[in-house]
Amino acid sequence: MGYQLAKDKMESIFKKLQETHDIYAPVVKKGDGTFSEVDVVRYDKVTSLDEIEWNKKSDYSFKEALLSINETLFYFTEDETTVPKGPTKDLLIFLRACDMHALKRLDQIYLDNKFGDFYYQRVRARAKFCLMGCSKSCESGYCVSMGTNKADNYDLYLKLDGDKAFVDAKNEDFVTVFEGETKQDVTPDYVTENKEKVTIPKNLSKATKDNPIWEEYGSRCIGCGRCNFVCPTCTCFTMQDIFYKDNPKVGERRRVWASCQIDGYSEIAGGFEFRKKQADRMRFKVMHKHYDFEKRFGYSMCVGCGRCDDVCPEYISHAAILNRLAKEEG
Amino acid sequence: MKNEYVPFPSKIKEVIKHTNLEYTFRMEFNGEVKPGQFFEISIPKYGEAPISVSGIGDGLVDFTIRRVGKVTDEVFENYVGDTLLIRGPYGNGFDIENFKGKEVVIIGGGTGVSPMRGVIQHFAANPKDAVSTTLIAGFKSPEDVLFKADFEEWAKTINVIKTVDAAPEGYEGPVGMVTKYIPDLKFENPKNAVFICVGPPIMIKFTIQEIKKLGIEDEQIWTSYERKMCCGIGKCGHCKMDDKYVCLDGPVFNYTEAKELFD
Repeated sequence: MGYQLAKDKMESIFKKLQETHDIYAPVVKKGDGTFSEVDVVRYDKVTSLDEIEWNKKSDYSFKEALLSINETLFYFTEDETTVPKGPTKDLLIFLRACDMHALKRLDQIYLDNKFGDFYYQRVRARAKFCLMGCSKSCESGYCVSMGTNKADNYDLYLKLDGDKAFVDAKNEDFVTVFEGETKQDVTPDYVTENKEKVTIPKNLSKATKDNPIWEEYGSRCIGCGRCNFVCPTCTCFTMQDIFYKDNPKVGERRRVWASCQIDGYSEIAGGFEFRKKQADRMRFKVMHKHYDFEKRFGYSMCVGCGRCDDVCPEYISHAAILNRLAKEEG
Repeated sequence: MKNEYVPFPSKIKEVIKHTNLEYTFRMEFNGEVKPGQFFEISIPKYGEAPISVSGIGDGLVDFTIRRVGKVTDEVFENYVGDTLLIRGPYGNGFDIENFKGKEVVIIGGGTGVSPMRGVIQHFAANPKDAVSTTLIAGFKSPEDVLFKADFEEWAKTINVIKTVDAAPEGYEGPVGMVTKYIPDLKFENPKNAVFICVGPPIMIKFTIQEIKKLGIEDEQIWTSYERKMCCGIGKCGHCKMDDKYVCLDGPVFNYTEAKELFD
């Protein structure tokens, strides 16, 4: 159901929603960027519409709102284990169409790859999503090429225009919130053309691993793993045990985000590492995003948000790799 | 939804020392488990390690653990009369039915023998389930031999070749890589042969090269892969090879599938 209302009214609804929801949205973190006096756009809890960064794409994705960078799985006290409590409120997460598509990929791995993930499931069950439209394309995204430029499985759509707010509420919980407001058809803004255009390589295979492109990009990659951490579809983690200094009998097991580009990712006990070279790691990542995930689940993993290209300190472009693979491998 | 990440305590019933580096921990476990499956074994503060089941008994599972990482070091130091936290079993494991009525050849390198031990035990105890059973097990040196008592027991009912890569002068047993013994294998009907081969990646590679020289087809060969596994349930991503998660779809693969996988 679509509505038009005054921004002030929307703000008061936004406040009211916080009685039952924790609201997460992209916000500008002043001076928290990689270089001094550089800002970064990341997800955080917000209390007012004006805190939300509506124009710039977030540097890190919405996945931070669902999966913490490090998450306590349980606490140890000698032989006892205690699982921390889940969310006490519902979550409302603001995101864009590409990220809405990324959510499907997170669900695939965490809910539907044979086993379900207890921790993801309990936060996911309480999460609702508010689509932020894109009236113009970001610089590096190639969502149109990936078919992720449009999303319709949102709970809520919100657009602010001057002192007006435009809303499309799909989730029943939200329809009641907007009761009495002026009804109007509202269709989310979405882009139909990006600056960055990608031809998706269709003939990737086991033989692709011998393409010299990997050595070339591997020689540029410094293995920092930033591409994985900003990616809305990367889901890998590593277990980490922590013990408290003041009582070494008490501690916790955490999972922390992992990167397939960093030393140790494929290393087994005894020290053998299956992918030692950056070239192999680069190939592993690109092939996972565009080949083997699709082979297993039937659709590509990458949503074309372009964040990996934005963050790479070596200016490696995932989009350029894809275009070259499409040319060389077909 | 079940929380798979929380381990449960399991009592250590017995510890069998094979070498200074390798012990078998006999642990309490009630539930379905197959040879070739694995558990995540925890030592709080040090983490978890995936360890394959090396034996299955009534209310018991064996884990043969090699002291190679920080978790396993800690298991060795702190086991006495204690419990370990474990979770599992995970992975597909070996299906004995695939080997029944065949001419079975089991080739293991070092701790690679562990995941196959349940299969060896089955055919040693029920030799009539197979046309013939041959075990070729290779270890680095006489000091590295695992399951010493088992080998004597197994030799009563199945063909056993226990070899070491190198030995001091005067050693009486077979010396040489496992591959040395493959060309001599004889079969009533090679089409009815089945090979199970587990060990370090380099050993698997050369063993399969030798097996193929006998005219054996890919589908007659089975192997089990070792990869880093933090979760065991297809989430952490470390064990993925091509479109397969070794923890979910393996670790046991038929070679028709295994040969297509790449890291």
